[in-house]
Amino acid sequence: MSSASSFENSGLSSASAGVCTLSLEQAIEYLRGSDLSLRVYAAWWLGRFRIDDIRAVAALSEALADEDDRTVAGGYPLRRSAARALGKLGNQSAVSALMSSLGCSDFHVREAAAQSLGILGAQESIAKLTELLKNEVAGTEASLEEPELIQPYDAVLEALGALGASAAVPVIETFLQHPVERVQYAAARALYQLSETASAARQYGDFLIQALSHQKLQLRRAALADLGAIGYLPAAGAIASALAENSLKLIALKGLLEKQLEQSEGDFLCEESVKVMQMMDALL
Amino acid sequence: MDQDPQVSTLIQAVEQANSPLAMLTAVRSLAAVRHPDAIPTLIEVLGFNNPGAAVTAVEGLAALGSDAVLPLLKQLDDHNYGARAWAIRALADIGDPRALAVLLDAATADFALSVRRAAARGLGNLTWTQLPEAEIPEAQVHAVTALLQATHDSEWIVRYAAVAGLQMLAQKLSPAQGDRRKVIQQRLEQLLADDPVASIQARSQLALSKLG
Repeated sequence: MSSASSFENSGLSSASAGVCTLSLEQAIEYLRGSDLSLRVYAAWWLGRFRIDDIRAVAALSEALADEDDRTVAGGYPLRRSAARALGKLGNQSAVSALMSSLGCSDFHVREAAAQSLGILGAQESIAKLTELLKNEVAGTEASLEEPELIQPYDAVLEALGALGASAAVPVIETFLQHPVERVQYAAARALYQLSETASAARQYGDFLIQALSHQKLQLRRAALADLGAIGYLPAAGAIASALAENSLKLIALKGLLEKQLEQSEGDFLCEESVKVMQMMDALL
Repeated sequence: MDQDPQVSTLIQAVEQANSPLAMLTAVRSLAAVRHPDAIPTLIEVLGFNNPGAAVTAVEGLAALGSDAVLPLLKQLDDHNYGARAWAIRALADIGDPRALAVLLDAATADFALSVRRAAARGLGNLTWTQLPEAEIPEAQVHAVTALLQATHDSEWIVRYAAVAGLQMLAQKLSPAQGDRRKVIQQRLEQLLADDPVASIQARSQLALSKLG
């Protein structure tokens, strides 16, 4: 699930090109160097500017096994950055190193690895992701912030949905009753994507519409992100009137609109699309 | 200045609200009286990081129309982009051309994308007839120029708002501005063909269909 706190960035990406001062060679040198803060920065930088170069992928994959950068609680900050960056580079040669990271003791490394494997479309990771969901991977520790999360379930569910892992449906269904609501939403999102027919998918979309009226803003935001990701058209009205930031509602409606545009093949002005655009106009 | 006693009570209720829901209810009641005395408090609410209350306050300010314009312009918060976005949104809804300079600047130069987005829509929604007739052509050229620039923004949502703004503006251009209208249509056709975001392409086509 994408973090809702970062949706409002400065938007200065073109003007702030000053950040883009590293070269590929320099970044790799930093990444393999001894200065921990430069190593983390180089990993972030390679991801941020999507430097898809085989040398970058190799250096980041090595960083997934780093032992030098440890937090007091035992976390691996550099591994987390590297795992996130590898998803952004979109290079398939990162898949096997990321799959090994699914067994890392650090919850956030597993979370980033699951997200990146989903983005990379790594079908071969489905079995390992499913094991994680069943909590069958030894040596993995729970989230420090939310101890009831033994695994990064929302990230894993999201990846399985994106990967079309229909064999995992029975396991995923059990997460609709998970005590953490965010995880329930992620399960609904995945089950929507894995449903064989539109009518079977509808219950999961409707479940997420219900979530839009949850008392907690954080959960309404999560539901908005999930509905946008699946592009569930019947949610349009509920999204437009949800109590949340217009920025997030607009992103969700964009997800619906683009799903609709995809399905109407080149007809940009079908009735449904125009309706969604009118709702977006009213939120600007 | 003496305040209307009923409005004073409602203002107090906003000041004393101790939960997001209580705040929302209090702001709703204050906005509903549509009294100019409510304006400073409604503007303050924009900075409370309570989206529900802010939406209600914006609606209240918009309903008060031209009375709210100068206070909104004066109280624009340089340090809180959330509050600034809501204030620009209120100004955009009201459509009073006294906000033109602020909207031009906000649409093209504000660092916060939610501010640029709201300002772009605002430039499309101005009621030009409130300006002296002699000033309209030049003011409209400024608005067109700023919106065309905003269609090059790096954020999709600002480009989306700029397209919506251009559509609204083109429909209101004075007949003497035929060449501006043409420039707008050309830019929309470009976006339809080239923008990397499908939503922008679709919105550009919708705008073109409205401009016929």
